[in-house]
Amino acid sequence: MTISGSNALLPRRRRSRRTGLRGLVYIAPAMALVVAFFVVPVIFTGWMSLHNWPLMGGTRWIGFKNYVRMFHDARFMSALQFTAYYTVIVTIAIFTVAFPLAIFVEKQRRFVGAYRTIIFLPVVVGLATASLLWVWLANVDSGFIGPALRALGWVDKSPNLLATFDSAFLTIIVMVVWKIAGFTMIILLTGLQAIPSELTEAARIDGAGRWQRFRYLTLPLMRKTIALALIISVTGSILAFDQFYIMTSGGPQNRMISVVYYIFNQSFVSFNLGYGAALSIALLAILVAISIVQLWLLRVREEKP
Amino acid sequence: MTPVKTTSAKQRRARIAARSNGAYHATGIAVSLFFLAPFVIAFLASFRHGAEAGLPPLPPWPTNGFSLDAYRLLDGFGAGIWQHMLNSLLVSLATVVLTVIVSLLAGYGFSRYRFPLKNMLFVLIIATLMIPFQSILTPLFIILAKLGLNNSLLGLTLVYVTLQLPFSVFMMRNAFDAVPKEIEEAARIDGARDLGLLVRVLLPLVLPGVATVAIFAFLNAWNEFLAALILLSSNEKYTLPVLMMAVRAGRLGAVNWGAVQAGVAVMTIPCLIVFLLLQRYYMRGLMAGAVK
Repeated sequence: MTISGSNALLPRRRRSRRTGLRGLVYIAPAMALVVAFFVVPVIFTGWMSLHNWPLMGGTRWIGFKNYVRMFHDARFMSALQFTAYYTVIVTIAIFTVAFPLAIFVEKQRRFVGAYRTIIFLPVVVGLATASLLWVWLANVDSGFIGPALRALGWVDKSPNLLATFDSAFLTIIVMVVWKIAGFTMIILLTGLQAIPSELTEAARIDGAGRWQRFRYLTLPLMRKTIALALIISVTGSILAFDQFYIMTSGGPQNRMISVVYYIFNQSFVSFNLGYGAALSIALLAILVAISIVQLWLLRVREEKP
Repeated sequence: MTPVKTTSAKQRRARIAARSNGAYHATGIAVSLFFLAPFVIAFLASFRHGAEAGLPPLPPWPTNGFSLDAYRLLDGFGAGIWQHMLNSLLVSLATVVLTVIVSLLAGYGFSRYRFPLKNMLFVLIIATLMIPFQSILTPLFIILAKLGLNNSLLGLTLVYVTLQLPFSVFMMRNAFDAVPKEIEEAARIDGARDLGLLVRVLLPLVLPGVATVAIFAFLNAWNEFLAALILLSSNEKYTLPVLMMAVRAGRLGAVNWGAVQAGVAVMTIPCLIVFLLLQRYYMRGLMAGAVK
C-alpha cells in the first residue's frame, strides 16, 4: 500500500505541472484572437489618438492636441447631445412597450408561446435589414405608412416621414421599438418569472390591489433585471449607427449624426484617423464608465433585498 | 336557494372569464400584427411585377400575378446576388465553425485545467464585452492591412469570431462545468486522451451549449453591417448588408424599391428559419446571459 501510494505521488506531481501548460494550450487560440483583434487595437487606438494620422503620408506626434480639438468641436458636441437625446427617448419608448408586453406574455396560457415568438422575431434580423425595411415602409410615394394613412382618409396627402427631423426621429424610434422590444421583453420576463408566486398570492390575500402589487412587490423584486435591461438598452443606443446611416444618412440638416456616425465620418470619410481615434477613446471611456456604474448598481442592489 | 345562487355566480364568473379571455387574445392578435406586418408586407410586395415596385403596397400581395422581377433586378446590383449571398454565407458559416472550435477549446481549458493567471485571462476575455468594437475599427483596419487581410472575407471572419468570444467562452465554460468529472475520469481510464477525449466523450455532452454558441455566431455574423462596411472595399467581396447600401442609394437618383423588398426578404429569411428551428437554444443563451 505504502509503496503504491508513494508511487502515485510522483506522476501526479508531474501531471499537474504538465496540465498547467496544457491548459494554456487549450486557451491559446482564444487568447491569440483577443490579443490580436482587441487588446492591441485598443492600445493602438490610444497611440493613434496622440498623432496627426492621415490615411497616406507620414504621421506626426501632436500630444493631446486631438483631445483639445475634441472639446472645441461643436459638431462633436452636437453629436454627443443628439446621442444622449436619442438614448433617453428610445430607452423610455422601449420600456413603455416592453414592460406591458412582458406582463402580457408572463402567464402560461393558450397561444402565449406563439405571441412571445412573434414579438421576438424582429430581434433576430439585423438592424441594417430592419432599417432598410422601414426606410421603404416610410417612403412617401412607394412606402406603406404614408399611403395607408391616406387610404384610410386620415391625411389628405401622404406625409414625407423622413423629411423633417421630428417625423424622421419618430419613425426611427418606432422602428427601433419594433426591432428591440421583444428582446427587452424576454429579459424582463425572466425577472417576472423569478418572483415566487406565493409572494404575489400572499399579497393578494392581504388585499393588495393590482397596482399596489406591481408597485410594491413586482418592481422592487425586479430591480436587478430592470437594471440589466436598462444597461443593455442604454449602451446599445449610445452605439447607434445603422439606423441613422441607412434611414436618413445623417438626417435632415445633418441633425441625426450620432457619436459613432461622427467617428465614422472623421475616420473613413475625412480620413482624420488620429482625430477619429481620440473620439473613439472618448466613446470608450463613456462606455467603460457606464459598465462600471452597471457593475456597482447590480452589486449594491443584490445586497439590499 | 343556495345551489341556484352558486350556479348563477359560477356562470357569471365563466362569462367574465370568457370575455377577458377574448380581450386577451384580441390584444395578442393586434400586437402580433404590428410585429409581423412589416415582414409580411415586404415578402408579399417583393413578388409583384416590376412595374408595380414603385407603387405603395396597397394591397401588398401581387394583384397582377406572381413575378420574380424584383429578385432579377436585385441580381443586377454589385456582382450578382448569388455572389453576395455566397459571401455572407461563407463569412457566417466560417464564423460559426471557428467560434465553436475556439470557444470549445477555451471553455474546456478554463473549466478543467489550472494554470498561471487563469482568472485574469478569463476576466480579460469577458472584459472585452465592455469595450465597444465600434471604437477600435480604425486600428482593426490598419492591423488587418498589415496582416495582408484587408478587404478579405477571412479578415472579417476573424474579427467576427473575436467579437463572439466573450459570450461563447463564457457559455462553453459553464457547459463544461456542468459535466461531472467522473465521466472524464472513466473515459481516461478507458484510454481516451486529450483531443480524442474532448471530441468523442465530452462534445456530445456539451452539444446544447455548442448549438447556442453557433446560433448567436451565425446571426451576428450574417447581420453585422458597420465592420463589413469599413473592412470590405471591393464590390465583389461585399456581404449582403453592404450590397444593400448600393441598392438603397439607387441609380440615377431613383431607388428601385422592388430590389429593396427582395433584398430584405433575402436577408431576413435565413435568420427567421434559423431562429424558428433552434429557438430553444437561442432562448437558453439569452436567459444565461440575463441571469448571470
